[in-house]
Amino acid sequence: MAQSEVTAQHAIAHHPALAHHFENMEQQREASTLGMWVFLITEIMFFGGLFLAYSIYRSWYPQVFAEASHHLDILLGGINTVVLITSSLTMALAVYHSQVGNRGKLVLFLILTMLLGLTFLGIKVIEYSHKFHDGLIPGIHFHYEGPHPQQAQIFFWLYFAMTGLHALHMIIGVSILAFLIYFAWRGRYSPEYHSPVEISGLYWHFVDIVWIFLFPLLYLVGFHVKG
Amino acid sequence: MSEHIVPKKTYYAVFGALMALTAITVFVARFDLPWILNIVVALTIAVTKATLVVLYFMHVRYSSRLTQVVVVAGIFWLVIMLVLTASDYVTRGLLAPVVSISAQ
Amino acid sequence: MSTAVIPVEAKPRTTYLNAGQTLKSWLLTLDHKRIGILYLISVTFFFLVGGIYATLIRLELLTPQGDLVSAQTYNKLFTQHGITMVFFFLIPSIPAVFGNFLLPIMIGAKDVAFPRLNLLSWYVFMTGALFASYAMFAGGVDTGWTFYPPYSTNYANTYVIATGLGIFIAGFSSILTGLNFIVTIHTMRAPGMTWFRLPLFVWAQYATSLIQILGTPVLAITLLLVALERTVGIGIFDPRLGGDPVLFQHLFWFYSHPAVYIMVLPSMGVVSEIIATFSRKPIFGYKFVAFSSLAIAIVGFLVWGHHLFTSSQSVYAGMLFSLLSYAVAIPSAIKVFNWTATLYRGSISYDAPMLYALGFIGLFLIGGLTGLFLAALGLDVHVHDTYFVVAHFHYIMVGGALLAYLGAMHYWWPKMTGRLYPEGWARFAALVVFVGFNLTFFPQFILGYLGMPRRYYTYAPEFQLLHVLSTAGASILAVGFILPAIYLLWSLKKGPIAPADPWLATGLEWRTSSPPPPENFERTPIVTWNAYEFRPQEEAEVIGGGKPDASSLTGE
Repeated sequence: MAQSEVTAQHAIAHHPALAHHFENMEQQREASTLGMWVFLITEIMFFGGLFLAYSIYRSWYPQVFAEASHHLDILLGGINTVVLITSSLTMALAVYHSQVGNRGKLVLFLILTMLLGLTFLGIKVIEYSHKFHDGLIPGIHFHYEGPHPQQAQIFFWLYFAMTGLHALHMIIGVSILAFLIYFAWRGRYSPEYHSPVEISGLYWHFVDIVWIFLFPLLYLVGFHVKG
Repeated sequence: MSEHIVPKKTYYAVFGALMALTAITVFVARFDLPWILNIVVALTIAVTKATLVVLYFMHVRYSSRLTQVVVVAGIFWLVIMLVLTASDYVTRGLLAPVVSISAQ
Repeated sequence: MSTAVIPVEAKPRTTYLNAGQTLKSWLLTLDHKRIGILYLISVTFFFLVGGIYATLIRLELLTPQGDLVSAQTYNKLFTQHGITMVFFFLIPSIPAVFGNFLLPIMIGAKDVAFPRLNLLSWYVFMTGALFASYAMFAGGVDTGWTFYPPYSTNYANTYVIATGLGIFIAGFSSILTGLNFIVTIHTMRAPGMTWFRLPLFVWAQYATSLIQILGTPVLAITLLLVALERTVGIGIFDPRLGGDPVLFQHLFWFYSHPAVYIMVLPSMGVVSEIIATFSRKPIFGYKFVAFSSLAIAIVGFLVWGHHLFTSSQSVYAGMLFSLLSYAVAIPSAIKVFNWTATLYRGSISYDAPMLYALGFIGLFLIGGLTGLFLAALGLDVHVHDTYFVVAHFHYIMVGGALLAYLGAMHYWWPKMTGRLYPEGWARFAALVVFVGFNLTFFPQFILGYLGMPRRYYTYAPEFQLLHVLSTAGASILAVGFILPAIYLLWSLKKGPIAPADPWLATGLEWRTSSPPPPENFERTPIVTWNAYEFRPQEEAEVIGGGKPDASSLTGE
């Protein structure tokens, strides 16, 4: 009896994914989750600087921001919002299936999440190319027809900086998903060890939250003033 | 300290709420509301959506107190940055310009 | 078989230093102690580089005319001095060197929570340093370390973007270190090591890490915006195009004021350790000192506007920031009072680390109090951008952070290297540093009060006497830095072998051998005592590296 308990403990202590400096899997999992949350805090502050700039300039030039936002495509932005929220659902379900140990469903939902992420990026490329054709790229070639073109340019650099940084995070997220899919398919994750899926999920949801704010602030800000 | 598994139907319910809120925010944005209500409504809905994602998709409702503190701290520091900077911008120009009394 | 019978081992015991001898074993190490040493070598190098700039600055200022360098070169000198010292020496100094080396040992862990991230942080730091060095060799940068637009965005024709990119990248290493420490302190403490048994150095590191993770990203985004504005010129901070240059200052100082606390908080942690050890008393008011670290970290984020008093910031915001700046003095004063109370009736010994710690208290006091002068709205208008400011922050950064860095270097040198340094020389060097420092920077308070503006390479002849004193002090200070460099390197080969606990101190780092074994302890320590509980030596058990005293005294 005592002998079997010892071997059981031995088996836990030597889970292949347990790094040498942790006492047990629980401690390792706690550390990786906390680590991701702390990282997300730095992300909040990173985007925070841009949100601050947005707030200042929007409070200075509310009319211009409203007019300039008419050049953004609410339909495409709206579709992307739906796509991203759906991808958050599939990511949450992927984490669920990693927790209950359903490898097939885990891989399926990870692939769905990645596809939705790629769809988002594809639509973003279409939007960016429209802006390029309309001559709305600040600094490079900017031909804005409405009043106060310089202040409108501020709106557009904020638009490109914020959505561009967001898209960069999406690209990183999609790359992480590619790794997760590979390892999930190889059967590395189990109910005992699935921290990578879980903390990647946290990252993915965070990127979704950023978009939840970007959509109304950039696309809907001038919807009510018909241009 | 074993982890909490959120039932699937919670995820679907949250997803439904997020979709509904997205529809509402687009719908409301069409109307020209008085004062700054447009942005107030838009941000309220966005904050609600973000809260749902954080609490359920990111499991913070079921997480340790430490995780909850970390989340709140992050938001708190963002608020510090926004509010204290705003303290400059909203009070600029409130002081009457100094009348020059130098020799005519 | 036969060796098992012989009591004295023929084979030297395994330490983190001899666990692997190849260059690869250092460059790919995941051991927090070795990463600490990598950082030690890197930041010492950058300290030397920054010191060379300082030397040239002081030589130029020996005479009122601009006879050594041109105005443009002088601008580059003080900019490179500031950037090198702030971003590549002071910010990584104590956290990345001593934090990395000691923090896991102090809490009884085998390593930090994320050893790979820890190594990555060093490579990220070196990459950032590479960019900054490229900019330096290509021709340097002349914006001042503060990168204020519109000069940095529209006018400076120097290597602003490469330098900014270097700082941007190095910032991520700071974030990774902070993240690692926070998670390590939360999840890796040994059984029985409760929060209120942690050494105060760990508390200070925790508070520092908070600032690193909350502030650094804002600096990163700010530098990105400067680079963007410089390349495409879209009016981010340009008033002609509808932007606001003051917004840059808000964003920059949101990080850079708390960054001062990144430099001084770990120093305060070091001083707490040293004061307790060399007074042989527990720190008076442990909890107050611990929480004052957190208070400094938090309140430190609320005061950045005091850098903008003369930058067309609203007067009302100025009043608010002035008031909040005074509030930071409270937790800082708590620390100074508690250290003083610890000294009271302690059995004090004046070893070299203690000399540095006592120097820190005095100089930090002067630096802090003159900070209050500068936080006062009316007085700041008079002394803003004068040598008064220069003297003030050098009292904090050199008199505070650097003295504590040297103190820490001496205090933990036996632990890190397994060798004792020559105590007499060390005490002498500490005195030289103290005298040289004060002679360098005290005249600058007077210079500033009399109206000498900072960042000028020529000046009115009546300021010359004070400038000559300052340059003379700087040369004494240089001697004070060269001396430890010589005797510490000497001690690596010739110094007496250090016992596990040469100071009869209390922390867990003294419960393992000097230098520690690769995994710090032979078994996970179980902590049953409070920090700074001085007990008879025979009770203090050694739990690392076998019988370290026996083997290390006979070894080699």
